[in-house]
Amino acid sequence: MYSRYARRYARLVTMPTNAPTAAHALSDVAASDGTLRRFLHGLPGVDAVGLEARAASLGTRSIKTTAKAYAIDLAISMVDLTTLEGADTPGKVRALGAKAVHPDPTDRTTPSTAAVCVYPDMVAVAKEAVAGSGVKVASVATAFPAGRAALDVKLADVRDAVAAGADEIDMVIDRGAFLAGHYLKVYDEIVAVREACGTSARLKVIFETGELSTYDNIRRASWLGMLAGADFIKTSTGKVAVNATPANTLLMLEAVRDFRAQTGVQVGVKPAGGIRTSKDAIKFLVLVNETVGEDWLDNHWFRFGASSLLNDLLMQRQKLATGRYSGPDYVTVD
Amino acid sequence: MSNDVSNSGSAARRLSVFKTYKLYVGGKFPRSESGRVYEVTDSKGDWLANAPLSSRKDARDAVVAARKAFSAWSGATAYNRGQILYRIAEMLEGRRGQFVREVAEAEGLSKSKAAAVVDAAVDRWVWYAGWTDKIAQVVGGGNPVAGPFFNLSSPEPTGVVAVLAPQESSFLGLVSVIAPVIATGNTAVVVASERAPLPALSLGEVLATSDLPGGVVNVLSGRTAEIAAPLASHQDVNAIDLAGADEALAKELEIAAADNLKRVLRPQAVDGAADWTAVPGIDRMTAFLETKTVWHPTGSLGASGSSY
Amino acid sequence: MTTDKTMDKRSSAFEYAPAPESRSVVDIAPSYGLFVDGEFTDAADGKVFKTVSPSTEEVLSEVAQAGAEDVDRAVRAARKAFEKWSALPGSERAKYLFRIARIVQERSRELAVLETLDNGKPIKETRDADLPLVAAHFFYYAGWADKLGHAGFGADPRPLGVAGQVIPWNFPLLMLAWKIAPALATGNTVVLKPAETTPLSALFFADICRQAGLPKGVVNILPGYGDAGAAVVAHPDVNKVAFTGSTGVGKEIARTVAGTRKKLTLELGGKGANIVFDDAPIDQAVEGIVNGIFFNQGQVCCAGSRLLVQESIQDELLDSLKRRLSTLRVGDPLDKNTDVGAINSAEQLARITALADQGEAEGAERWSPSCELPENGYWFAPTLFTGVTQAHRIARDEIFGPVLSVLTFRTPDEAVAKANNTPYGLSAGIWTEKGSRILAVANKLRAGVVWSNTFNKFDPTSPFGGYKESGFGREGGRHGLEAYLDV
Repeated sequence: MYSRYARRYARLVTMPTNAPTAAHALSDVAASDGTLRRFLHGLPGVDAVGLEARAASLGTRSIKTTAKAYAIDLAISMVDLTTLEGADTPGKVRALGAKAVHPDPTDRTTPSTAAVCVYPDMVAVAKEAVAGSGVKVASVATAFPAGRAALDVKLADVRDAVAAGADEIDMVIDRGAFLAGHYLKVYDEIVAVREACGTSARLKVIFETGELSTYDNIRRASWLGMLAGADFIKTSTGKVAVNATPANTLLMLEAVRDFRAQTGVQVGVKPAGGIRTSKDAIKFLVLVNETVGEDWLDNHWFRFGASSLLNDLLMQRQKLATGRYSGPDYVTVD
Repeated sequence: MSNDVSNSGSAARRLSVFKTYKLYVGGKFPRSESGRVYEVTDSKGDWLANAPLSSRKDARDAVVAARKAFSAWSGATAYNRGQILYRIAEMLEGRRGQFVREVAEAEGLSKSKAAAVVDAAVDRWVWYAGWTDKIAQVVGGGNPVAGPFFNLSSPEPTGVVAVLAPQESSFLGLVSVIAPVIATGNTAVVVASERAPLPALSLGEVLATSDLPGGVVNVLSGRTAEIAAPLASHQDVNAIDLAGADEALAKELEIAAADNLKRVLRPQAVDGAADWTAVPGIDRMTAFLETKTVWHPTGSLGASGSSY
Repeated sequence: MTTDKTMDKRSSAFEYAPAPESRSVVDIAPSYGLFVDGEFTDAADGKVFKTVSPSTEEVLSEVAQAGAEDVDRAVRAARKAFEKWSALPGSERAKYLFRIARIVQERSRELAVLETLDNGKPIKETRDADLPLVAAHFFYYAGWADKLGHAGFGADPRPLGVAGQVIPWNFPLLMLAWKIAPALATGNTVVLKPAETTPLSALFFADICRQAGLPKGVVNILPGYGDAGAAVVAHPDVNKVAFTGSTGVGKEIARTVAGTRKKLTLELGGKGANIVFDDAPIDQAVEGIVNGIFFNQGQVCCAGSRLLVQESIQDELLDSLKRRLSTLRVGDPLDKNTDVGAINSAEQLARITALADQGEAEGAERWSPSCELPENGYWFAPTLFTGVTQAHRIARDEIFGPVLSVLTFRTPDEAVAKANNTPYGLSAGIWTEKGSRILAVANKLRAGVVWSNTFNKFDPTSPFGGYKESGFGREGGRHGLEAYLDV
């Protein structure tokens, strides 16, 4: 069966009728700025009211008892525990690493977080702090968060982080180029970063959805990132006013769902910034569950970029275990 | 004041606690930036309280607060605004006794006449609560233009409205000029009756506890002419209601208002003669509404010009 | 690619634990009377009937069953109350209605649970749709009561008198609000008959009238069957008849009031077309289709029961739709996560079943997601029929259940032709990102409500009602006043 995108694109590229071998055929999409634009602008539109209503409606799911316990542990295991401050020091990063490995020192059944996320110059310290635990080290690179640097500088940033042992690279796209319609520039940059990651590091592509502004742009950026080889698509840097929202995350989940249906390639999703409570995190997990299902319900495919979220998850976990509400004095401050 | 000392039981006389009257700006209760107050007396000339004497800077701050509140208030659903205006009526009803006393003292009315004034003010909020989601249905609508176009006119609030409250009717008149301004989504900077500002300042306390977002209504007390001048010439004020200005002041302010073509609502009667008890029409709302008309092509179904 | 699963999750998928809303928030009495002239009374002939919970078949309460004699008594009470009620200043009537709106808001959780128990619809819907709309409707018409001179019906439009109102079981309290709020705002008094399968929320509403201090006789509630409804309609001292229900009964009522001075409004059946063009916002269209036909188990007169999809995107849309239907949660209506609840009655279930079976027999392809239906109660799985044509009965008859008939079209002309090719004309949906197409198609549709890029949206300010055999008159909005004014 021809899919919608193939049909829209039929004049530009010949596609096999049986997905999922279409992944490479779609690479012709990036033959020029023109072909890329026609493809991205041929994606179905997004009705903002409908999208937000669906996200809000899923937000009313009532997750109780056993489901809540499952969701909290799952959420903890999906956290990219993050520190991205100018004031970061090796001491701070070591503390973060220790917390990622054993989030709750009073309860060793608590899962580790998925990763710690740091600036490139802290990768080596972080790597040491989580050594042997299975916790990954992710590093933001490419002149995070603005991304306003020459490509050479960005690639050097990435290579530094990879050389220091980063398992994952969180890059930012060039939003200026995207908004100016220079899609190919954005695409090429992602491809170059993907290459710089080599075979060892997974690449998360940050769109800064708050700056892309429209849902149509977010859908286009999602496809652009996936076409260019992203292993993950990620909402935000956490450094602007609007970060991850249920609606923009739902939209990106629809994009990875449709991309896999068409190409057979599964891509992860990482909402980041602004997710602070267990209640919020569980709403995002409901979005995952009811949009893409269990194939994405583990930390290889879904992450939370967060810092304060972890302690709230731990307090809720303690509440479920003891029946009492916990307090901030009973989780660790790092 | 009649209630400053009261007998409680047989023995000790209890000294009452006076209220410090403050402005209501941006949802907070500041004193005047001027640091000054003026004496407010009852109709017999006896001292009631000191009221803040607002300065130009208080007016400026109030405009900033009103502008800041405009986006969310005008963007709220009409239903939501109606709920909040009705809530104001509920809260006012709950403080009826206080307002009856303040109105009686301010206007020299008997308790029963003052009670009738306060009841009418409560009902006025209810009247305008019902208008929030109906005014567009009365003054807006589709226009049958002669062409393949959908054409719809809708009223929209004009923005920040400076309101000079009536001088004589310190409470019913006040409510009658504030409610229509905010019902449609405008925000207001209100200059209270100069001689009798206390009911207006107390109304701020009601508004603050009625889910009305801070900054939607800002209440200043002081010399009307002094506060009104900077408001009338302010380039970030969109309209001015001159209900509380005398003839000379009204003309002066209307001239100042022309600088940025503020919408001006002239005093409709000499203040003392205005009848605030009459059922209002919709004029006080439409005075501060813009009409926006949207065109959109409809066209035919098919390129060939369908017969359907 | 690396495989770094730190959790073995595939053994335990994300199953939602039961999240039942508490039944204890509502106190249902073992029996209820008729509400006439401010009092609860037995029926004149002492008859009673049982109302059951359609999700469990449990008997909820025993309710007095009104007969012709009770109707006469209620109409007399309403007539007596009319004189004073209509003479009240509009601002005072307004305040009664505002009180009712506020009490509904305060008691909305209790009423939502009650409605879910008696009707079978999910608590999610009664909580998030029915009850907020009920309160909003009273709030909106409260505001009109003292502004009738501004409504465009003359300077001082007068009420009609006693309104006889007969409402259905699909939105029991919301349909009550649609009937009672405008009637009282304009100064009429009311005799209302709720449906026999869902009398309870109307009786709780009687208690709200008591709390609001509404004068006795202004609202009278007569639970009962069709005969009671017929008696209300036929009563010589009723000035206005308002009915929501089936087209068949609507026609009977039109014949009954023929030759009288009674003003009549009818809100009847529908076979709404939901038209999806190839440039639609596809994910939102899927949501709109689901909402259009599975909201309230499809027991909605304006349901989008015919999906008209542009042939070029049929496969893709149906794949998406089926995937989405597989995530619908069917079951206990009191569970906060339930999307689709019980069918309201055994009779309705039998009708849905018969029509669906006929669809299959006529050659349409039937599909349902796998879902376990509870053993007790009245249940019907969400169902999709593809390969349906205009000639199939499931494309023509109102099924009033969770059954979607999928048809295709090639051009906008054809979509409009098919959408209009029905005796009904209540609702329609249009899905396209092209604004001019929305307006061009909307212009041609013979339907009273046209939703574009959304579906099943309701608001007290927005008039609702049908073309053709979907009835006449409008409820809601400024237009909704006309039905209750002597104009």
